[in-house]
Amino acid sequence: MKALLLVLLTSFAAFAGEALTGEVEKQALNMSAIIMFLIFVGATLGITYWAAKRTKTAKDFYTAGGGITGFQNGMAIAGDYMSAASFLGISALVYAKGYDGLIYSIGFLVGWPIILFMVAEQLRNLGKYTFADVASYRLRQTPIRTLAAFGSILTVVLYLIAQMVGAGKLIQLLFGLDYEIAVILVGVLMILYVTFGGMLATTWVQIIKAFLLLSGATFMAIAVMAHYDFNFETLFATAVQMKETTSIMAPGGLVSDPISAISLGIALMFGTAGLPHILMRFFTVSDAKEARKSVFYATGFIGYFYILTFIIGFGAIVMVFQNPQYLDLAKQAVDGGAPILGGDNMAAIHLSHAVGGDFFLGFISAVAFATILAVVSGLTLAGASAISHDLYASVIRKGKADGMMEMKVSKVSTVILGIVAIYLGIAFEDQNIAFMVGLAFAIAASANFPILFLSMYWSKLTTRGALLGGSLGLLTAAVLVVLGPTVWVDVLKNAEAIFPYKYPALFSVSAAFIGIWFFSITDKSDNAAKEKEAYEAQYIRSQTGIGAEGAVEH
Amino acid sequence: MKQDMVDRIKNDPDFLQLTRVRSKFAWTLTIVMLVIYFGFVLVIAFDPALLGTPLSEGSVTTVGIPVGVGVILSAFILTGIYVRRANTEFDELTAKIKAKAKGE
Repeated sequence: MKALLLVLLTSFAAFAGEALTGEVEKQALNMSAIIMFLIFVGATLGITYWAAKRTKTAKDFYTAGGGITGFQNGMAIAGDYMSAASFLGISALVYAKGYDGLIYSIGFLVGWPIILFMVAEQLRNLGKYTFADVASYRLRQTPIRTLAAFGSILTVVLYLIAQMVGAGKLIQLLFGLDYEIAVILVGVLMILYVTFGGMLATTWVQIIKAFLLLSGATFMAIAVMAHYDFNFETLFATAVQMKETTSIMAPGGLVSDPISAISLGIALMFGTAGLPHILMRFFTVSDAKEARKSVFYATGFIGYFYILTFIIGFGAIVMVFQNPQYLDLAKQAVDGGAPILGGDNMAAIHLSHAVGGDFFLGFISAVAFATILAVVSGLTLAGASAISHDLYASVIRKGKADGMMEMKVSKVSTVILGIVAIYLGIAFEDQNIAFMVGLAFAIAASANFPILFLSMYWSKLTTRGALLGGSLGLLTAAVLVVLGPTVWVDVLKNAEAIFPYKYPALFSVSAAFIGIWFFSITDKSDNAAKEKEAYEAQYIRSQTGIGAEGAVEH
Repeated sequence: MKQDMVDRIKNDPDFLQLTRVRSKFAWTLTIVMLVIYFGFVLVIAFDPALLGTPLSEGSVTTVGIPVGVGVILSAFILTGIYVRRANTEFDELTAKIKAKAKGE
């Protein structure tokens, strides 16, 4: 481990030196960033070492032993959610399109109350390590676990791509390091955190990062507002002047038609309730009460963060846009306009330099890097759990797996997922990262959420219904994403999309619900009758927590 | 869970009270959130200019800004309302049901 760290340290330094042969001024800037990067990496590896000693059983590995408090978990959930895609992507969207960025961020937030009212405590009362525990509670393990695991892995991989792209661009800008090498570094660090520290390390890395990110974003927002005497009207007026259009103050092209608007809303709202790495966090608290508190704190932190992101986006319009210091002259010579260095996704990073100089740029870059590391770790842990707990322990070993062996499988899966993430991160370099997350949400909303929700609330759900309906939702979402503009046109370079909408959720979520309903009510098998009978006991446990995993019994 | 325990709990008036009251409360709040959010989305879809109306004569700030921030605040307030009631009233009822299920 020490040797590896040394290699990392020297490679950082070497590349930084190589990239900085040009300006003297920029070299100083990079040194403070590098030092803060390294402090964070050092501290988190320390946490990982501490957590590794406390991670002995599968329960420790998946749920940090179940002893996380509601407040800590709220912070960690917020951390999972305040990803690089949120921070860089949404502030970039506000920077580019103004009000549309706010619409997008609101969609990300409103899923939280629904999670609280509908699934949080039920999830805690019924599950053990993954949301598939709940979905398959009274259904046949093999088919439902397999489907839930595929839904989880697909969501995780899509989300990972977005994070990896953010990581590559950020480090590329900061160190002048090759995109590919940056992505590989992130992948390696993430594998270290997860394999050695499990959920405990992942949670604490997330909590620390959430605190740093909220502090940094607060400072940026206050610095921007201080420039305009804390008067929003002045800030907006200046932004409109810079952009030479008032369109940034109203809904614009992001959601141009009703179908897209509703579809995006559904994807964001129900997708949140189907994200495996988020759902997994509900198993790290002791009981339903702490699970509820987690959501309350998380909603508060996330809502506050989005308001900050909106101010930061506008701050970037007034202080970064058209500022010659951040202009990408090479790109401007080819494309015209006023492109900024590193692309729109770097708007918040440039703003940090504009308001706080080199030192604060270093801080925010380190925080953004930390954000990516923390989020990819949580995602990878969720993906690895789907492989080890759902596929290996429940499907292959039929629930008879030894805990240590299950943990081993999880660690191997982590390494494989890490490598896949690195590969895909490189393949998807030029996609807007906020949209990539939107795609992950469509799948989570169309496959994971309908099965989870109906397993909790609909007594007539059967294995056949969940399997066929859930698969239908997943396939519809995946196919429509591929045939839609983001993949068919932007990635595969076809002239026109076969499916005209960017957001397929309206169609795919409906397909899932209708499919599950239809194939359940037409299921007349003996097995289906047993599954319906078992609902009563499940309902009582989900409502009261009697018999819940790790619950304190009186 | 044993079948006799299931039968006992499902006929417990406290359990019936808990599930009835909580599910009504949870669904009400869910619908409030859905109405607020999809109301917002439908305005964007059908009449985006409405949100682009200046807040007052000659101002750059539009109606959309306070409305958007309002949607964010409403999400936070609704979760607060639910957690407050669930962590007191509902948890007390649950504790009673659990005690009875264990005791008898």
